[in-house]
Amino acid sequence: MKIYVPLDSAAKALGADEVAEAIRAEAGRRGLAVDIVRNGSRGMVWLEPLVEVDRGSGREAYGPVSVADVGALLDGTLPSHGTVEDIPFFARQTRLTFQRCGLVDPLDLDDYRAHGGLAGLYRAAAMTGAAIVEEVTASGLRGRGGAGFPTGIKWKTVLDAKAEQKYIVCNADEGDSGTFADRMIMEGDPFSLIEGMAIAGLGVGATKGYVYLRSEYPDAIDVMRAAVRIARREGVLGPNVAGSGRAFDMEIRVGAGAYVCGEETSLLNSLEGKRGTVRAKPPLPALEGFLGRPTVVNNVISLATVPVIFEKGAQAYADFGLGRSRGTVTLQIAGNVKRGGLFETAFGMSLGEAVEEIAGGTASGRPVKAVQVGGPLGAYMPREAFDTPLSYEDFDAKGGLIGHAGLVVFDDTTDMLKMARFAMEFCAIESCGKCTPCRIGAVRGVETIDRIARGDGAAAALLTDLCETMRDGSLCALGGFTPFPVMSALTHFPEDFTTVKEAAE
Amino acid sequence: MHNAALDPYAKPAPTVETIESIVGEYLHLEGPLLPILHALQESFGHIPEAAIPVIAQMLNIGRTEVHGVVTFYHDFREAPAGRHVIKLCQAEACQAVGAEAIGARALAKLGVDWHGTTPDGAVTVEPVYCLGLCACGPAALVDGKVVGRVDATKIDAILTEANA
Ligand SMILES: Cc1cc2nc3c(=O)[nH]c(=O)nc-3n(C[C@H](O)[C@H](O)[C@H](O)COP(=O)(O)O)c2cc1C
Ligand code: SF4
Ligand code: FES
Ligand code: FES
Repeated sequence: MKIYVPLDSAAKALGADEVAEAIRAEAGRRGLAVDIVRNGSRGMVWLEPLVEVDRGSGREAYGPVSVADVGALLDGTLPSHGTVEDIPFFARQTRLTFQRCGLVDPLDLDDYRAHGGLAGLYRAAAMTGAAIVEEVTASGLRGRGGAGFPTGIKWKTVLDAKAEQKYIVCNADEGDSGTFADRMIMEGDPFSLIEGMAIAGLGVGATKGYVYLRSEYPDAIDVMRAAVRIARREGVLGPNVAGSGRAFDMEIRVGAGAYVCGEETSLLNSLEGKRGTVRAKPPLPALEGFLGRPTVVNNVISLATVPVIFEKGAQAYADFGLGRSRGTVTLQIAGNVKRGGLFETAFGMSLGEAVEEIAGGTASGRPVKAVQVGGPLGAYMPREAFDTPLSYEDFDAKGGLIGHAGLVVFDDTTDMLKMARFAMEFCAIESCGKCTPCRIGAVRGVETIDRIARGDGAAAALLTDLCETMRDGSLCALGGFTPFPVMSALTHFPEDFTTVKEAAE
Repeated sequence: MHNAALDPYAKPAPTVETIESIVGEYLHLEGPLLPILHALQESFGHIPEAAIPVIAQMLNIGRTEVHGVVTFYHDFREAPAGRHVIKLCQAEACQAVGAEAIGARALAKLGVDWHGTTPDGAVTVEPVYCLGLCACGPAALVDGKVVGRVDATKIDAILTEANA
């Protein structure tokens, strides 16, 4: 009997380690031979710990499983969900990037191979750098870290740059509240990221890679470090990547708790051992990146999507999606939500469908008031915007952004003035300090919102001006986009800004 | 995490030789400073003052630069933390499910403000902005261990255990 208990940190946070231990102990008492596999998460966080039992005829899913359920689980009397693939939340997805996450043992390279892993890398190993870059361009893949920049174009710039040494840097800083796709893939299918980085290295002619991984993810750091050691031992990394005759190796580097270090130039400074201040662009990191050398900086999901593009072909990937948003988006549904988790789907689903149908509305059972899309720099979308299709262009047109595709749901008890204040406060705490509109503007923003809260009617106009100054005068999107959550709250929920209330605090 | 001053098993103040040997392990890296600082904090619970000139000299950079890096990042401590470090997520997705109230409860029970350490050196409490557990918030990291759906009962249990 094989029993799968996720090692994903969301599952652990809900008791997965204790459940795994209880299964081991109880099976021992009963003299049952059980093989416990610590897999990644299938992404249905409300069902975690989601335990799957394979008694020889497929994997049956149970969850949430508590320590008290373990006896019934082994008796076979615990009610099951059927297979994971039967659960509607899962059945409605198109899983490409996350095809293996939760299915395989994250640190078993044979298991990875048996589920389509390394097929892409072996294909790429037989291609020229230019052909690899062309394949990525043809897939239509755009950066999943926030800005949505076409990945193939970025790679082409690095490919064409002449230098002794080039780098692939993976941005695993995932600082946006409401996002956890990077964490899930690093914990649940780390080889897909390693494979994607190796393909990138072969493509642009880079022999060295770094993953800049936030310190808030201790479990992901452990899994990634172990996976890199295995990949090196098995020749996936090293002097002769997948028999290509070309070299690529990588290191895991740990961040130090600065949100701004998710911004690519700040990240590069941090990786070099400097303060994480933002660099002015140009020069582009693609030309003068890590240590001044040509560098691809890509998000975890962008890179972890590369293997499936090479496995199934660029066209197969591009066949999914809407307009210029090709392929799949890995939505992360979070906050006050009944069914939260990771939902991978072709671009184009409406925001309302994701929130109301897929996620089932709020956990509190109260009406949804707003959904913040795209992290702390993303807009608060009101119910009136629920028909907006999830695509880069449609969100842009609505004064928002998809960002890293986190959806944070709030119910009708939420005070939007407080959320706007938090956005300014967060910007003030995390500002790198390089430019005045951000460093000083965010502090003024908090003060101005406090004036509005005290009933100062004139302060709303001041806030609007201040947001314009921040938007137009900031060097990076921390100062430049903080106006999105602030102004969307003010515009869509004016009632929260008009009534006189006690000073927020 | 360790409070060297209050822990009877605390290690002696780090010598220059110890610091040098730790720093020396990372000199071959490209961009070694963050790995060095993490390693020092791992060993001593904070970045000892005495480490700054050693690092500056071994990396051939200015002391002010090293100090600037230490102070830029939220993770690096210039003084030891309490014996237990409780990080409570205060970011948006956790706020949507009541993280602020959990934070306020913890601060009130401990009698400290954010970043504070209880007078007996048992607990340091810090806000953190997202642990990637946003679909099972409010989230916490207790001595590096993840905890989800933190409610009043769970936070009380965490505090009781940490104070023990
Ligand atoms: C303040 C700020 C924080 C950011 N945080 C992240 C992050 O945590 N992860 C990420 O991949 N990109 C982040 N970005 C976007 C990066 O600057 C960059 O666009 C991205 O890493 C490029 O990779 P991609 O093209 O694969 O998306 C951030 C940007 C800003 C302005
Ligand atoms: S906008 Fe803020 S975070 Fe960005 S460069 Fe300016 S000061 Fe730094
Ligand atoms: S971190 Fe530099 S201004 Fe706050
Ligand atoms: S917002 Fe709290 S864990 Fe992400």
